[in-house]
Amino acid sequence: MNNAIEIKDISLSIEGRSILEDVSFGVNETGIACLLGPSGCGKTTLLRCIAGFERQYKGEVWIKGVRVSNPTHHLPVEQRHIGMVFQDYALFPHMCVKDNIVFGLKNLNAKMVAQRLDELVMLLSLEKHINKYPHSLSGGQQQRVALARAMAPRPGVLLLDEPFASLDIELREQIARELRQILKHDGITTIMVSHNQLEAFAMADMIGVMNDGQLLQWDTPFNLYHEPQTAVVADFIGEGVFISGEVITDTEVKTEIGIIQSAATHEAEVGKRVRVLIRPDDILHDDDSSMTARVTDKAFRGAEFLYTLELDSGLRLMSLVPSHHDHPINEPIGIRLEIDHLVLFPDIK
Amino acid sequence: MLATRVVQALPNAENVKRRLFKITSWNTVLVGISLLFSIPLAVVFGSLFFPEYEVWAHLRATVLTDYIGNSLALLVGVGFFSLLLGVIPAWMVTMYRFPLSRQLEWALLLPMSMPAYIIAYSYTGALDVAGPLQTMLREFTGWQYRDYWFPEVRSLGGAIAMLSLVLYPYIYLLARAAFIEQSVCVLEVSRTLGCNAFSAFRRVGLPLARPAIMVGLSLVVMETLADYGTVQYFGVSAFTTGIFRTWFGLGNSLAAAQLSALLLAFVAVFLYLEKRSRKQARYHHTSNRYSSLMQQRLTSGRGYIALIICASPLIFGFIIPVSLLINWALDTYAEVLGKDFYLLLFHSLLLAFITSILALALALFMAYSNRNNQSLLNRMLVRFVSMGYAIPGTVIAVGVLIPFAWFDNSLDNFLMENLSVSSGLLISGTVFTLVFAYLVRFLAVSINTVEAALGKIKPVMDEVAKTTGMAAGTIVKRIHVPMMRGSLLTALLLVFVDVLKELPATLILRPFNFNTLAVRTYELANEELLADAAVPALAIVIAGIIPVIIISNSISRSRPGHE
Repeated sequence: MNNAIEIKDISLSIEGRSILEDVSFGVNETGIACLLGPSGCGKTTLLRCIAGFERQYKGEVWIKGVRVSNPTHHLPVEQRHIGMVFQDYALFPHMCVKDNIVFGLKNLNAKMVAQRLDELVMLLSLEKHINKYPHSLSGGQQQRVALARAMAPRPGVLLLDEPFASLDIELREQIARELRQILKHDGITTIMVSHNQLEAFAMADMIGVMNDGQLLQWDTPFNLYHEPQTAVVADFIGEGVFISGEVITDTEVKTEIGIIQSAATHEAEVGKRVRVLIRPDDILHDDDSSMTARVTDKAFRGAEFLYTLELDSGLRLMSLVPSHHDHPINEPIGIRLEIDHLVLFPDIK
Repeated sequence: MLATRVVQALPNAENVKRRLFKITSWNTVLVGISLLFSIPLAVVFGSLFFPEYEVWAHLRATVLTDYIGNSLALLVGVGFFSLLLGVIPAWMVTMYRFPLSRQLEWALLLPMSMPAYIIAYSYTGALDVAGPLQTMLREFTGWQYRDYWFPEVRSLGGAIAMLSLVLYPYIYLLARAAFIEQSVCVLEVSRTLGCNAFSAFRRVGLPLARPAIMVGLSLVVMETLADYGTVQYFGVSAFTTGIFRTWFGLGNSLAAAQLSALLLAFVAVFLYLEKRSRKQARYHHTSNRYSSLMQQRLTSGRGYIALIICASPLIFGFIIPVSLLINWALDTYAEVLGKDFYLLLFHSLLLAFITSILALALALFMAYSNRNNQSLLNRMLVRFVSMGYAIPGTVIAVGVLIPFAWFDNSLDNFLMENLSVSSGLLISGTVFTLVFAYLVRFLAVSINTVEAALGKIKPVMDEVAKTTGMAAGTIVKRIHVPMMRGSLLTALLLVFVDVLKELPATLILRPFNFNTLAVRTYELANEELLADAAVPALAIVIAGIIPVIIISNSISRSRPGHE
């Protein structure tokens, strides 16, 4: 077993309600993984199960080669040697930053404690704050203190529960990138939980998309976006629409907007009814194109507009267009499809 | 997010400089009320300007060291035991599930309904030489009185035990509220950092609850210093009994007032210490997230140990004394329940009713004038009037009786000299004096309740209502009244029951031949007619359960993250 964390077939229910069903995945030694899904999908429960706050009725949790729980044995939280950062950080309000950070350091002499404190304070740029109390810190600073506190005892695994939910939206991605650097520098195995795909993309090497207690896909962020394995994942990750069509060749699907071609081949049978995932970046704006669609809605995103377009047939598409192409609503604009590879799902009908 | 932005944009209420004062007609009335209510304090402290050297020399030579020593011993003893009885069960019922833990959550508050003097009477009846326990012991062993050692209830130790048993709920209540309020995440974090359940309590739970526990402790201290019935019955010389003795034994009201001032100095020191400890340790909760409390289920053996630990304060502080009272009441009720008893009941209810209505009206007036005119002066006046709760009933009685008697005598003398008419005692020795004393002592209860309720009606709500074209009267009727109704009732009931239970001030100030349940209980107990005292005592205890229910309900409603 090479993975630092191994989750095997975990099923868990709370008060008779099934929360997790047969969830399995593994995270390698220096990996950062993210459990991504809408609220209520079971991701936080899974994290708490790894920490030891919840007990599964089926399956095993392994941390650093040690089986910490199965349905009959359950290592108490305090003996699992984990670090956890809670959604709102839960700093101890009666202790200053320094005391918060060294809280979990035991069996160390004063010199070693001071040394570990110095390391973490440097790593997380908390030099100016070590004597302050939590309430006087900003959200980002509180988060770094919580992280330092969790990392101080050098846990085998770090668990982060919605680490960015309490931060201002503008700061989230920047802090996510910084956090990733810190975790990579320390080489600590990390599992985080998020409902926000942009945070997940910014932080994680591997992402597990969860829905209704099930792990739908365990993959890299790139693959999740470009090669979603289920329609639910495709729908949840990024924006896009599905268009019905029929497979003609291994690179072509015939749809109502014409034959969609891709550079790469796909594996669907010829003649099969399918749905094609069209991402907004698959539809390019081209004034010279013969195909036109009417603008029904537009969202300004700074560098780009996300246009919602309607074809004469009533079919809706989305297109990401550089924002100097500012078209009013109801204006028909020329569009062109440019698809690198086809993402196909069986048609529901 | 938008809401956060809007709130951030609003001026910070704490930073808005309050106007020092602003004179309005409301405000003038407020000053008048405050002056009236400051009379007892002014008299007590004013007495210090007329030193009574002889009496003090006598007191110092004889009993003063006893008063101070015993009062201090009471404070330390009651403080220590009520902490023990309050904090441990509070933690256990909050964090663990064990047999009956859900019921104990509220039942542990029940001893609050028992005035200390009543628990003292019932235990004395049970444990005295002639009581059932010692009689049984003698019959069983054939020993004679003095052949064996038996703990003496009527002692300093006994008083500490009695007071601790009925006062611990203050600490239990506040400690439990603090434990519940703590974000569970904070405790969970400590587990991920290697703390077991006990070290999580010691290193995180307890220190976080410390400010709340200190508030509870200060209430216990105030109640202990204010107690008269228990120490008097047990023959323990403390400040309150000393004040009585100096007045009625030595006949020196001025010295009694000076002794009262000394007692108040004691109270002030503790209030100051409490304020300071609160200021230093006001923890801002860093977490607003309340996942539901995950109570750990204790397995059978440990569960029963927890049950025994948590049920003991309830058994000794409520179940045993109430059973004793019921037992005696069953013997005597036929004789006691007569015209005399109903008159007692009527007197008690009448006093409680008048006082609670007046207190509510005053509290509403003060709370609204403070809301409409948030000057520093107004705030200070309201705070000042609320201080009465810290003043022992004995002290208030002294501070009320001296000026009222002076007024009556002066008026009488004046009328006699000029018109040859005697006005007699116009106000002292009337129900009016008594109600005034009650108001001084208990107004704080209704002010706090009303202010808390009014505080929930944010000025924004008034503004929203105004934008819809509502007139001020309609706003009060359609918004304030419905939002505050429950709290107003609570304010009424809390004062009502406090008045029913009050003993020392009633004892001193009641009109001639005017008896109440509390006074009658006291008189019968002092005549060693404990069994006869049981019926009025039970009536007081039953009334005392009402506020316990109110408090327990309001806690369970205001509980974040707890079903």
